[in-house]
Amino acid sequence: MALQLTSFDDELLAGTHGEAAAFSMRLLVRFAEAVGAESFVDIEAAHIDGCLYLGQVSLDFVEHLVRLKGRVRVPTTLNVGSVDLIHPELFRGEEEIGTNGARLMKVHEELGCMPTFTCAPYQTMFRPRFGAQIAWAESNAIVFANSVIGARTNRYGDFIDLCCALTGRAPYYGLHMPENRRAQVLVEVESLPDEWPDAGPACVAVGHTIGKHCGSLIPAITGLPGNTQEDDLKALGAVAASSGAVALFHAVGLTPEAPTVDAAFQGHQPVETIRLTADDLRRTVRNLSTVPDGTPLAGVSLGTPHFSLEEFARLMPLLQGSRPVVDIYINTNRSVLEELGNGGWDTALEAQGVTLVIDTCTYLTAIMRDMSGAIMTNSGKMAYYAPGNIGVDIAFGSLADCMASARAGKVVRQ
Amino acid sequence: MTRAVEAITLVPGKAEGQTFVLTEPLSFWGGLDSLTGRIIDQWHPQKNACISGRVLVMKAGRGSSSGSSVLAEAIRRGTGPAGIVLMTRDAIVTVGSMVAVELYGATCPVVLVLEADWDLISRSWGLALEAENPTATLRLLDAVL
Repeated sequence: MALQLTSFDDELLAGTHGEAAAFSMRLLVRFAEAVGAESFVDIEAAHIDGCLYLGQVSLDFVEHLVRLKGRVRVPTTLNVGSVDLIHPELFRGEEEIGTNGARLMKVHEELGCMPTFTCAPYQTMFRPRFGAQIAWAESNAIVFANSVIGARTNRYGDFIDLCCALTGRAPYYGLHMPENRRAQVLVEVESLPDEWPDAGPACVAVGHTIGKHCGSLIPAITGLPGNTQEDDLKALGAVAASSGAVALFHAVGLTPEAPTVDAAFQGHQPVETIRLTADDLRRTVRNLSTVPDGTPLAGVSLGTPHFSLEEFARLMPLLQGSRPVVDIYINTNRSVLEELGNGGWDTALEAQGVTLVIDTCTYLTAIMRDMSGAIMTNSGKMAYYAPGNIGVDIAFGSLADCMASARAGKVVRQ
Repeated sequence: MTRAVEAITLVPGKAEGQTFVLTEPLSFWGGLDSLTGRIIDQWHPQKNACISGRVLVMKAGRGSSSGSSVLAEAIRRGTGPAGIVLMTRDAIVTVGSMVAVELYGATCPVVLVLEADWDLISRSWGLALEAENPTATLRLLDAVL
């Protein structure tokens, strides 16, 4: 069926709501035709991935919209950019990327976007409600919004995210529609490694596996550890969206659209069942490291996606003791940074030599001072991208392993 | 006689060039260097190959949605493909090409063909695209010896 436009859509195209909205709607109509959408839906919010500088086109696009006097029509958050505007001295990359990257972040504000600069907008006051139709870009934000919150977005990307924000409309297809949100693959975690006290590594292993095996199919997972928390699901989704194109998963008993297996599958049968044992999980985690245990470390990087306040709470007891001998970077956002002062956590972090990275991320941009050895992380997403993006060896481990290794100066496991 | 294949236009325009068949899907972000037009994905079997000026034939896109920006930047710089032939609808590729037209008037037509035509197209030496709305024609070119 051909694309049906409402009278409002027609007004947008005709320029009644400004030239920028008309330009955006033209792109959206073409996009909708490419994906086979039949209509548009109102959105409540947008999250923009395009503020990370990827070349002149990034700036040209936004500045074109500013010249056309564009203005977002819904609350719009911004993803990480190329530089930490709070700590600009941390940037060690090429001048062009530093200058144009900072300009790109600021020029989005001229369109009315909010300077959140985080890949975890769900940790801010702009967290959408269950069932909200939204247009979010950035892979971990998308999978979190769909899976953990139960909001509805497709995997939007650069340019289209902003077009949705400037029109308040998104093509109604894919995960906006309830019937497309049912699970297709059943992932049964049959046993868990006894030696893993927290749920972090198991969730990363499951996420990595579903990314590889499910592609863009929707998995429903049973048997996750009993102490799985929201941040563990964040890590699961982030790595699943790196090793695959997962935009939605259901964790039975944990995520809102999956109180039961039957609810997750909306009464249908799985097209495939994947069973994972403790050994499968151990092997997956081991394969995320490109270096063996005992390898000297140049640094530790945490918080990719951005570290939440709850993760800082988990970290604080692990900071007690001798000062780490390698650099520790924690990527987080402005709203968490504001909260850190409340319990004196900022002072404690500073005393241990921790570098807080705001507005950006260590695997996207040149920040880490020493990359002469391996980098350790508890993020499956960082482990997946860092060897290619910034050319470092990676050791993956739990949060406790990361902190113990930071003190030992080499990869150790507890 | 020139063989031709019917296609659906995703982004209109004309293009002609040597065929470049992606043997595996490629994410442009992290996979293509927009400065040189070379494939930089360390895991891709065609790593280091250059797609500039070629008609890129791909079964599907893959990975990051920032790929739209990388493709548009490559087209702007003149390092991008001349045109793209897809077997599945891919919004990321479509948007990247559209933005290059809107901002710079630089065309890289994108067309959708049936997977049944994959063998024929992928064995062609070169391809000429004439993509109008809503349909396109894809002529299969032989090497001029």
